[in-house]
Amino acid sequence: MPWGEFKDTAAERRLFQRRSLVALAIVLLMLGGLVARMYQLQVVEHDTYTTLSDKNRVQVQSVPPTRGLIYDRNDTLLAENRPVFSVTIVPERVPDLEVTLATLSRLLSVSEEDVERFKRRMHEPRRPYQALPLRYDLNEQEIAALAVHRHELPGVEVAAELVRYYPHGEITSHALGYVGRINREELQRIDPVNYAGTNYIGKSGIESFYEDKLHGKVGYQHVETNARGRTLRVLSRENPVPGEDLKLHLDLRLQKLAYQLLDGRRGAIVAIDPESGGLLALASVPGFDANLFVTGISVAAYRELSTSHDKPLFNRALRGQYPPGSTIKPMMAVAALDSGVTTREREVWDPGYFQLKSGGRRYRDWKRGGHGWVDLTRSMAESCDIYYYDAAVRMGIDTMYEYLDQFGFGEDTSLDVRGALPGLLPSRDWKRATRNEPWYPGDSVNLGIGQGFMLATPLQLATATAVMANRGQWVQPRLLRDVVGDDPLAAVLPEATREDMVLKNQDDWEFVVDSMEEVMHGRRGTARRSGAGASYRMAGKTGTAQVFSLAQDEEYDADEIRERLRDHALFVGFAPVDDPEIVVSVIVENGGGGSSTAAPVARELFDAWIDGFPEEDEVVSISALPTEGDR
Amino acid sequence: MTGSQLFSQRASGGLGSRRGLWSILHLDPILLLLLLALVAGGMVVLYSGADRNFAVVEAQAVRMGVALVVMLVFAQLDPSVYRRWAPWLYLVGLGALVAVLAVGVGAKGAQRWLALPGLPRFQPSELMKLVVPMMAAWYLSRHFLPPRLSQVAIALAIVLLPMGLIVQQPDLGTALLVGAAGLFVVFFAGISWKLITAFLGMVSVAAPLMWFFVMRDYQKQRVLTLLDPQSDPLGAGWNIIQSKTAIGSGGWSGKGWLQGTQSHLEFLPESHTDFIVAVLAEEFGFIGMLVLLSVYLLIMLRCLYIAVNAQDSFGRLLAGALTMTFFIYIFVNIGMVSGLLPVVGVPLPLISYGGTSSVTLMAAFGVLMSIHTHRRMITA
Repeated sequence: MPWGEFKDTAAERRLFQRRSLVALAIVLLMLGGLVARMYQLQVVEHDTYTTLSDKNRVQVQSVPPTRGLIYDRNDTLLAENRPVFSVTIVPERVPDLEVTLATLSRLLSVSEEDVERFKRRMHEPRRPYQALPLRYDLNEQEIAALAVHRHELPGVEVAAELVRYYPHGEITSHALGYVGRINREELQRIDPVNYAGTNYIGKSGIESFYEDKLHGKVGYQHVETNARGRTLRVLSRENPVPGEDLKLHLDLRLQKLAYQLLDGRRGAIVAIDPESGGLLALASVPGFDANLFVTGISVAAYRELSTSHDKPLFNRALRGQYPPGSTIKPMMAVAALDSGVTTREREVWDPGYFQLKSGGRRYRDWKRGGHGWVDLTRSMAESCDIYYYDAAVRMGIDTMYEYLDQFGFGEDTSLDVRGALPGLLPSRDWKRATRNEPWYPGDSVNLGIGQGFMLATPLQLATATAVMANRGQWVQPRLLRDVVGDDPLAAVLPEATREDMVLKNQDDWEFVVDSMEEVMHGRRGTARRSGAGASYRMAGKTGTAQVFSLAQDEEYDADEIRERLRDHALFVGFAPVDDPEIVVSVIVENGGGGSSTAAPVARELFDAWIDGFPEEDEVVSISALPTEGDR
Repeated sequence: MTGSQLFSQRASGGLGSRRGLWSILHLDPILLLLLLALVAGGMVVLYSGADRNFAVVEAQAVRMGVALVVMLVFAQLDPSVYRRWAPWLYLVGLGALVAVLAVGVGAKGAQRWLALPGLPRFQPSELMKLVVPMMAAWYLSRHFLPPRLSQVAIALAIVLLPMGLIVQQPDLGTALLVGAAGLFVVFFAGISWKLITAFLGMVSVAAPLMWFFVMRDYQKQRVLTLLDPQSDPLGAGWNIIQSKTAIGSGGWSGKGWLQGTQSHLEFLPESHTDFIVAVLAEEFGFIGMLVLLSVYLLIMLRCLYIAVNAQDSFGRLLAGALTMTFFIYIFVNIGMVSGLLPVVGVPLPLISYGGTSSVTLMAAFGVLMSIHTHRRMITA
């Protein structure tokens, strides 16, 4: 052994022992340092780190409330919530968005449009760490495929959410409005707390008007999430308060019938319950499928809808402003009688035209030869224009304005119908302000038969007719009939403010109504064919609104003019005469004559409401009816 | 014998036959028991750290089995064998380290593995954790101790040469451990305190130079992150913030086994490898940490006892250095996880998931047992 014991001295051993003691001291010192560090973290700063740890794992999530349902008057569901599975992405949690999108496109069909929409939403102002939907309505196969590949796709989740669904799509779209995803402007406006978990908001109609009631109150839950944001379990939960269910005056059967009757045409129907003012039907044809808008309509589909010549997105019932034409005559008759410019017996000579002064412009009657001597009843039944030219000039604009204003023209009198337009009730001041011209007597002549400047929506015509049917008693149109919730209806529905119309002689109401009855049942009534054979008596007035004005002596032939330049056909009426149950206004754009096109539609509606609804296959659209150029 | 008074001396004669069996196996029962206890406890923590993945525990058990066999084999060899082979192993190790830099394989920008045809892939640097202290002990124990200045210089060269090669891979953690192992030999050999002070002075001067000339960007980043983890809370600082949160939220007695939210909810990175001590601290609290550190301390005390009682200088120096290397593992790992030291790739010995370091460590304990059980019974 070269390492002899000689070298292995006790001195070396002692040296090593000393060094070992030093090493041990160092070890103990450093271990003590570690213990001190642990004591600092685990005991002294324990509370701080517990808070950090809880903040890591526990997150407060908002639980969106279930949106209230909407029913018609017979408890038929008009708007419900359907569970829809969608694939969502939290962009903040995705390491490489392009890779993730490519993987997702492999697993499920994702259109370029979906990706585009997703990226658009990503770059819009939004809540951070909010899941953005990529594609909706996944099928079971796609959900399974995503579940299998979940681990490769951090930040991607399959989310189930309740999405608004309108089972009757096109039929109810204009009456209900629709919901859609919350957009940028709405984000500024809404309560960020209450809408923390909500993705949809009422965009129009009832959905928008009663948004507060339908939405409900947000709930909360504390959830445990892992580092990748995946929810593992719910720790505690405060349930949301679901939105209140709404019951409307609307009758789906009548609404459906209205669409069937106008099928293939453009037009609008408004039906009102004269007792309550409830809207029984609110139809604008053509409609559109509101379900398309809920989860976000594709650009192509939207372009198709918005550029269509038939304007399916345009709500004609509320926003279509038409010259009322002869349908204004009942209101004019009331005005003329009450203001004293005419009497029940007074007769006017109708040579076929009217002149303000001898040799002046001739305002033509629709009947070339004229009606001869005409009293008020006959002027209504046969829709004599000359009688009303005369009355209008006698009354003057101020008087006409006063009465028409009381019938609700020129303003939106509805209580909860969002988006209704006020039409246009001209006055001296209006003309001065907008055209810088005085009011000419000729303007009064035109106004007498609802032409010229005046514009009214189908809803306004129906409302004014309801006042007529109620003999002066006002009912402001409304959709909401009842709230299924804690609030009484009165607390939800805006207050009615219109005062009833009282005439100097209240019997004049009955007299004018009788003349409207003549329209339907009289020997020479313009709508006698629509009134024939009914089990009840009805009152009405036909009308025709010129789409463009003709020169004084120009002949015109409906067949020669392109369909879209033909006159609009109008009708207003109610039934039964003595105890009205339903008031309707009908407009068929370019329908030609009111008596041939609009009145039969109203008759079908009256029959259905009073005698019972027909089988669906019995309903014939007016497209199938022949059209004539009469009034 | 002052050292022996620190530790339990030989058992009384009644246990003679038992002692005989252990002698035949060349194992130290006390050290073995402590190691087995540590390994068993470690697997309990690992099961939690690996998020209840039993396959991980099974794989770790297999590795520990292999490591124990390696320990048994290393314990059978007489210390003189290590002494004779030390220079040759050292040369082979240096050659392998050079080869690694030339043709090595690896991942994440570091070449650490050598894949020779016909041999299993291995990390030469891992081997050097044993070979460098052996070589240093071999060299220094040839001369009278304490060594002269020239001998210290040569010993330092023996240590720094492989260390430099390993830094080049780069593998700072292993280089640190290899360097520590060698330097502790020099320390135990008894170099004067003046030299030690001078050396520490040189290190403090060299550190800034290292910063500018040796350290890579990612290493600098780790130091910066240590100083201010909040500067990049979602990036480099994440690990430190989350491991401190795990440790701190454990409190006195912890959240309970398998109840650690930081690790099970995946906030804690590397929860079954380098950061496993954070799992233990979170689930077993300050008390659990005290138990762990106590077991480590007992192991080290036993090893120092072995070192002090070694028969020759080579054995003493080697045993002492290996013991202190084991401690460096512990201190660097826990220091890094608790945010005292920058993040360096050093596992928690015998608990972190991973085979290589466990085998090396067990081999070192085998060498210690060899030193202890091959003593010729001549008492002074």
